[in-house]
Amino acid sequence: MLHYSNFRYNEPMKDTTFTTSDVRKIAGLANIPVTDEEAQDLAEGFTKTLKVVDTLSEVDVTGVTPTNQVTGLENVFREDEIDKTRIFTQEEALKNGKRVHKGFFVVDQVLEQ
Amino acid sequence: MNTYEPVIGLEIHVELKTKSGMFCGCPADHFAKEPNTATCPVCLGLPGALPVPNKKAVEWTIMLGLALGSEISEVSKFDRKHYFYPDLPKGYQISQYDQPLCRGGMIATSFGDVRIHRVHLEEDTGKLQHATVDGKKVTLVDFNRSGVPLVEIVTEADIKSSEQAKEFLKKLHQIVRFLGISDADMEKGSMRLEPNISLRKAGEKGLPNYKVEVKNINSFRFAAMAIEYEIKRHALLLDNGTTPTQETRGWDEAKNATVSQRTKEEAADYRYFPEPDIPPMRFTGAYIENIRTHMPQLPDAYKAEVKAKYGLNDNQANVLSEDFGKMKLFSGTVSLPAVQEATISGPAVANWIINKVPDASSVSPAHVAEQIIQSKQVTHVDDSVLIAAIDAVLSENPKAVADYKAGKEQSKMFLYGTVLKRLAGKGDKQKVMDLLTGKL
Ligand SMILES: [Zn+2]
Repeated sequence: MLHYSNFRYNEPMKDTTFTTSDVRKIAGLANIPVTDEEAQDLAEGFTKTLKVVDTLSEVDVTGVTPTNQVTGLENVFREDEIDKTRIFTQEEALKNGKRVHKGFFVVDQVLEQ
Repeated sequence: MNTYEPVIGLEIHVELKTKSGMFCGCPADHFAKEPNTATCPVCLGLPGALPVPNKKAVEWTIMLGLALGSEISEVSKFDRKHYFYPDLPKGYQISQYDQPLCRGGMIATSFGDVRIHRVHLEEDTGKLQHATVDGKKVTLVDFNRSGVPLVEIVTEADIKSSEQAKEFLKKLHQIVRFLGISDADMEKGSMRLEPNISLRKAGEKGLPNYKVEVKNINSFRFAAMAIEYEIKRHALLLDNGTTPTQETRGWDEAKNATVSQRTKEEAADYRYFPEPDIPPMRFTGAYIENIRTHMPQLPDAYKAEVKAKYGLNDNQANVLSEDFGKMKLFSGTVSLPAVQEATISGPAVANWIINKVPDASSVSPAHVAEQIIQSKQVTHVDDSVLIAAIDAVLSENPKAVADYKAGKEQSKMFLYGTVLKRLAGKGDKQKVMDLLTGKL
């Protein structure tokens, strides 16, 4: 759960301390409710975790190109065809919905985005 | 009162008309379907589902880039864009961040060039409807549209007026339609417009320190009206020494005004990262050239062709190019032997179709030819009139023709009678019979 704008993977993360406000921000982005007590706890936990991850900065990565894929695969596509075998019926699609109405999922009213 | 210069950019979303989804095999046609009847584990974002990009959607996006003069990326990838909203089942949208399929490009308008910033591919979201259920205000969610291939075109802020924005949008719309990659039907929402507007003092360079986005507009006219409205609103604020708030607004059709939708307290934090489930894409020059070779004719090329080949003027070429039905009717009519024999000119055919055919889908080229020829020859009935009438009757009565060919002799008399009726007593009856027999 590293934050793109705060941390860059190629910058050393030495002495990174997580504050409760960092926790609040991440919890907000992840849409997870967190109590004050939990926030304090998580801040300490995250700081410890990051220290462990920080061990990575001891590795010499000179000349190693950054990557985001390790499979070595490229150009995996599908043809433009309808696959009827995987389509859910309306009933199946809605089965795990907490609230449904006339074929729709229902949520509390949101503003137009 | 200061003089200001509008600085306008556009973001346009176009739904591709592929058969299947962007990353799954669900049907992409979601219009007027029962809600939530075209979903699968992938487009509902169920755990463990594996998205696989639609090859055609990628090809079509590259083709659009080529048509706009963009540079096609040699390496491109998909990224996850995270945000929470009920139209997004996964909590993120698969989009493209730092390696879009296409960069750059340009559409020329009569007010100046509008540069394209980038063209990228993503998945559409579900559709939301507001309703009251059991006395409670709720939002209904239909995921049929979620996962439909969606192309986003972003321009540079080169646009200086609502007229220029409108001309740009019309040209883009036409290019998309000529390429055959989308219906670009504004009413169905398969083309959605988002202008962003700000003002700077006349003579100043650089971008203003604020920007107002107007979201999800579904007509060229409303886009132009929203831009006009914002220009006036910003000028008033700036005259009073206030910088307009950076925000997203919506167009309210009833009020003919834009309304504030939500003020972003902080910059949206989408936490983009590379989609780990989709390997990167790499395109060879040969692959891209092959797409270029198979690209359909573009509007400008079509207009140049009908002007050179048939002597149409700018206006005729423009009007035809805006209506596929009329384009087809024109090419069908000018190539009929009857029209060529009667030496009816291209501009005459074009004028007839533009001025006298309200609905191009309801008439055949033969019918148009016949009408034009008849209108030209009031007194003398030329063979071409007879041939045109026969052609029209034959094309309108395929069953009678087939019956005759299957040996039913009366069908010929039926066709003969229909031709005479159409000629309204004009012409040599024996000649009509001879020509008809010859045609059959
Ligand atoms: Zn699906």
